[in-house]
Amino acid sequence: MASRTKSIATLFSAVMVCATGALAGGPVDEKLVIDGEMEIDTRIPAPEGHPFDEVISGWHYRTDETRDLEADSFQNPGMLYVERGEEIWNTVDGAAGKSCASCHGDGDEFLKGLGANYPKWNADAGKPFNIELQINQCREANMEAEPYKFDAADQKALTTFIKHKSIGMPMEIDLTEGDMQAWWNKGKELYYTRTGQLNLACATCHEGYNGNYIRADHLSQGNVNGFPTYRLKQSAMVSLHNRFRGCIRDTRAAFPPAFSDDLMALEVYVTWRGSGLDIETPAVRQ
Amino acid sequence: MNKGATLAGLPAVLTGIAFMTVSATQAGTVAPDSVPIEDMELSQSLTGVAGDPAEGRAAFADRKKGNCLACHANADIKEELFHGEVGPVLDGVADRWDQAQLRAIVVNSKDVFGEQTIMPGFYTLKVGINVDEAHAGQTILTAQEVEDVVAYLMTLKDN
Ligand code: HEC
Ligand code: HEC
Repeated sequence: MASRTKSIATLFSAVMVCATGALAGGPVDEKLVIDGEMEIDTRIPAPEGHPFDEVISGWHYRTDETRDLEADSFQNPGMLYVERGEEIWNTVDGAAGKSCASCHGDGDEFLKGLGANYPKWNADAGKPFNIELQINQCREANMEAEPYKFDAADQKALTTFIKHKSIGMPMEIDLTEGDMQAWWNKGKELYYTRTGQLNLACATCHEGYNGNYIRADHLSQGNVNGFPTYRLKQSAMVSLHNRFRGCIRDTRAAFPPAFSDDLMALEVYVTWRGSGLDIETPAVRQ
Repeated sequence: MNKGATLAGLPAVLTGIAFMTVSATQAGTVAPDSVPIEDMELSQSLTGVAGDPAEGRAAFADRKKGNCLACHANADIKEELFHGEVGPVLDGVADRWDQAQLRAIVVNSKDVFGEQTIMPGFYTLKVGINVDEAHAGQTILTAQEVEDVVAYLMTLKDN
């Protein structure tokens, strides 16, 4: 573990040095094949009514070294969190004396493809649920355990494990259930609303300028199919709502709480924008 | 047109000085948005104090101030790594725009390039929603920093 961490730190400094030449943008024309066997759909024609012609995974905007890390599941530091998540899945917690596995089995069958279809309408709650909210509901209602606090290490690991069980399967959400369409509408409105002293919307950067460098950052379309992602800069898994909040903060705006209606609406809408991209969790990003 | 903008702005400046609440504003300084940009120009200095190009160069590069390199490459600042490519390269920019135009662009780029531009307005309070506490009611650059940056941009000449 220690030596792995060190080699990643070295790698990152090498990446920084390589990038000092003239910057030139655009997605790379490569294929993501994990461990030489699983081909991931990272570029696909956009669905009707989409602002782009082609939907492209953030993988295409990263450096050679970062892309290689994701393509090798032994080197991918995010895989440690998948392992940790599997442990949690099988560990009893809470007053009811149950683990996730007590109800759902070892997860292989139950979880296959499940994470690719979230957020999902939750009729009881009257709002869309993402994986994190679903986990907390199971913990409270079925395990009689405390819900995880936002970004608790175990929440990120378990979410990573669950999403990883859909790797290579296309991300699709059902907008016909419940009020999903209304949440999509609200998310879309937020996506185009300019925030903060810098006066930028999600669309200003990710729709208007993807493929361009903004200082040292190569702007992608801002897709969510790799979340939670392993970020080299932080040497940690980063949850989707953490990423959203970071992007909003960078406009010098106050950011909404994790799992608030605003961020859930944004998750529904941004997930739709990436419809058809394969799940990459745990993706590796800079 | 230039003159018109200046004259229309002046009385507001003179009467408003004592009561201005914007924190960045000092006596003798034009408050944000109080002088209209017309025909993509703002000929009146915001402070009456000549800009200092060396200070402007520093503010241009400073990530907490102009952070202009985030979007613009500029060969004059090659000691800084990672020049962005979102906006045009600024080499020779003073050959393309005059001082009044450059001031307008820095003060509020929206008045020059249109509402949809990605470039922030550096001396305006017409900004996005939910500005965080640390920046609420404030402009990105102070009036003098705008004058300094404009003075610096005026040195970027190829001809
Ligand atoms: C100032 C420009 C800017 C704005 C505004 C912005 N982002 Fe980002 N965003 C970035 C940068 C830079 C990155 C890192 C490089 C990349 O993946 O695009 C990023 C990354 C992301 C990612 C991760 C993509 C991946 O492949 O891992 C998502 C998702 C995202 N942004 C969503 C959003 C949303 C939603 C909003 C609005 C609430 C937003 N962004 C606003 C600059 C911005
Ligand atoms: C987030 C991106 C961004 C930042 C930050 C930014 N700009 Fe710009 N700038 C642009 C874009 C994009 C344009 C081109 C006009 C357009 O497309 O809206 C532009 C145009 C300009 C122009 C006209 C250039 C020409 O050749 O026509 C000048 C001058 C300029 N910017 C100066 C600055 C200065 C000075 C700063 C910092 C104080 C700055 N910009 C910060 C994005 C940015």
